[in-house]
Amino acid sequence: MNWQNLQTKLAGKGYIASSELAMATHIALELERPILLEGDAGVGKTQIAKTLADIHNTELIRLQCYEGLDASAAIYEWNYQRQLLSIRAMAERTGDSGNAIDDIETRIFSADYLMERPLLRAIQQKKPPVLLIDEIDRADEEFEAYLLEILSDFQVTIPEMGTITAKSKPIVVLTSNGTRDLSDALRRRCIYNFVPYPDRTTELAILRARCPAVEPALAAQIVSFVQSLRKEDLEKKPGIAETLDWAAALGGLGVNDITVDPVALKSSLVCLLKTEADQAAIPSEVAQRLAGRAG
Amino acid sequence: MAVTRFLTRAGIAERMSDFTRHLRAHGVRAGMPETETSLGALQLVDAGDPNDVRLALKAICASDVESFARFDELFAAYWLNAGKQRHDHTPTQSRSDQKNSLTNLSQKFSAPPADGSGSIDTPDNDNDGEAESSGEGKLIATQVTNRNATDMREFILPEDEARAAETARRIATAIRYRRSRRRKTARQGDGLDMRRIMRKSVATGGEPLHLLRRRRPDRPVHLVSILDVSGSMQLYARVFLSFVKGLVGNDQRTDAFLFHTSLMCVSDALRDNDTLRAVNRLSMMARGFGGGTKIGASLRTFNNQYASRMTGRKTVVIIMSDGYDTGEAHEVGDALARLKRRGCKIIWLNPLLGWKDYAPVAASMAAALPHVDCFAPCNTLASLAAIEGELERL
Repeated sequence: MNWQNLQTKLAGKGYIASSELAMATHIALELERPILLEGDAGVGKTQIAKTLADIHNTELIRLQCYEGLDASAAIYEWNYQRQLLSIRAMAERTGDSGNAIDDIETRIFSADYLMERPLLRAIQQKKPPVLLIDEIDRADEEFEAYLLEILSDFQVTIPEMGTITAKSKPIVVLTSNGTRDLSDALRRRCIYNFVPYPDRTTELAILRARCPAVEPALAAQIVSFVQSLRKEDLEKKPGIAETLDWAAALGGLGVNDITVDPVALKSSLVCLLKTEADQAAIPSEVAQRLAGRAG
Repeated sequence: MAVTRFLTRAGIAERMSDFTRHLRAHGVRAGMPETETSLGALQLVDAGDPNDVRLALKAICASDVESFARFDELFAAYWLNAGKQRHDHTPTQSRSDQKNSLTNLSQKFSAPPADGSGSIDTPDNDNDGEAESSGEGKLIATQVTNRNATDMREFILPEDEARAAETARRIATAIRYRRSRRRKTARQGDGLDMRRIMRKSVATGGEPLHLLRRRRPDRPVHLVSILDVSGSMQLYARVFLSFVKGLVGNDQRTDAFLFHTSLMCVSDALRDNDTLRAVNRLSMMARGFGGGTKIGASLRTFNNQYASRMTGRKTVVIIMSDGYDTGEAHEVGDALARLKRRGCKIIWLNPLLGWKDYAPVAASMAAALPHVDCFAPCNTLASLAAIEGELERL
């Protein structure tokens, strides 16, 4: 398989990838390296992981990062309630003989009592799953360090049990919104791609693929409007997800031409402008001017 | 586009490692592993198609937004330009300037051996000579304005030093620790450490007799102070320098920098126990002391050379400057924005803020303000001491 093939396959599942992204994904898949995607929110970073899982017909395991995320929430945790119960059960069965203690201890720290969290689960699968580590920049630096062992050797060390090596290497997709710079150590282990806002043609293709019900003329208007809206001075620029939402909203409102009904246009803009300041920055007149240019 | 015809014959491995070196010379972090991966990747794509090769190498060698944006240009310069290296490549030009002028400084004034023996490497690209000469020019300009290098001995008086160090110690304790979100085993705490409780209770037949706890520990922060020692700050330099010495002397998780037209790291010099030697080292470093100011360029040097090692979420950067700048104002804003993205807190101490009716209108100061977490006066030791409370809240 070469990268153009992958691009076509992605397109077949409704994901229009730029050639750079397709190449990066191709190399990451072939070399079995994680891929790190950076870019603004709503440009389709998470979606590619879902699409990859779809193409390979495999499970998508998702780890959402947040500040304070630690090993027990991301890798594994012991099932304490079960451990407690079985200690008591075993103690009653064997009586209070001391030589059973070692036995009990090995028993309760075995795989039966281990609760797998996303990262451990990802390396335990028989068929390589897609592991999506979402918004890695939200986790703290110590967590990046945990990740290094998993991402380079695909293994997890549990002090009580030893090292668990991957049964199959998962396809790892990391995403980052760039709120914080990631460490060089992590970057170097990954294939990198910066996902920008799509250009006109790409966005039109995406809209066609995802919302085939939208009329071609309206689709062109929508894309031009959103493209020029991104050039305005906004706090949060609308991503592709927003464009798709807006297209669906316009469809729901029965709008066929965005220049006709200024009231409907203004009210549907809630799909694109997600902060109060942005809504104030694009009053009805500006919206109409942009729509006029788009139409 | 024409594919480069190289003058010498070389194998593909050699060529590729030369390309990685070319990237490195232009500020892209790439090395042996990248070369290896690139060679592997060439087998996966159509190596005869320049576009395929470009896309593949881009995915492997670029590792952040900046290098990603610049990669195409660098690729074209090496592979698609008849073997000529670009001489007019600008983005790293100014950086290599500074590197050179720094090297010049340390070589010219024979910095003490502990100071890295002038090991800051000069970029080995073709514009070396050019950069060298402009570095030289800058140096001459500074020397003319300050024929006599200022002697640091005048700047540290014993009684002030003691007071400044005391203030520094108090401020350092105020910002030393930041509450962490991850829990850790502790004698007392708000959560139970189930893992250890379980181990202990095996011995007691499943009765959890010993309750062990976990809590959110305070984790130490790294302090980085950047002190402006240009002409306009000369009056305050004495107080500040002893303040910085106090901060650095306190413990190892601190770094200090001085800047005027260029930036230098003075942590080691300030940590020197032999005061006389420390002062000698400092005055040797501070040639050009009291000259012009290039805040933006100095902060950029900091970002490029030191920030990746020194700053992270648990870092507080203290900048002491009056904001009067001879460089571009927007550069200051850009540099601070980049620093801020590393997740650290930025404190700007401005001596002029202590003056009546002062408003931060200097262009650089205005550009910096949106990125600063705490903006406070510091014209006297008393006002320095007064910001302690404010820093605790950060």
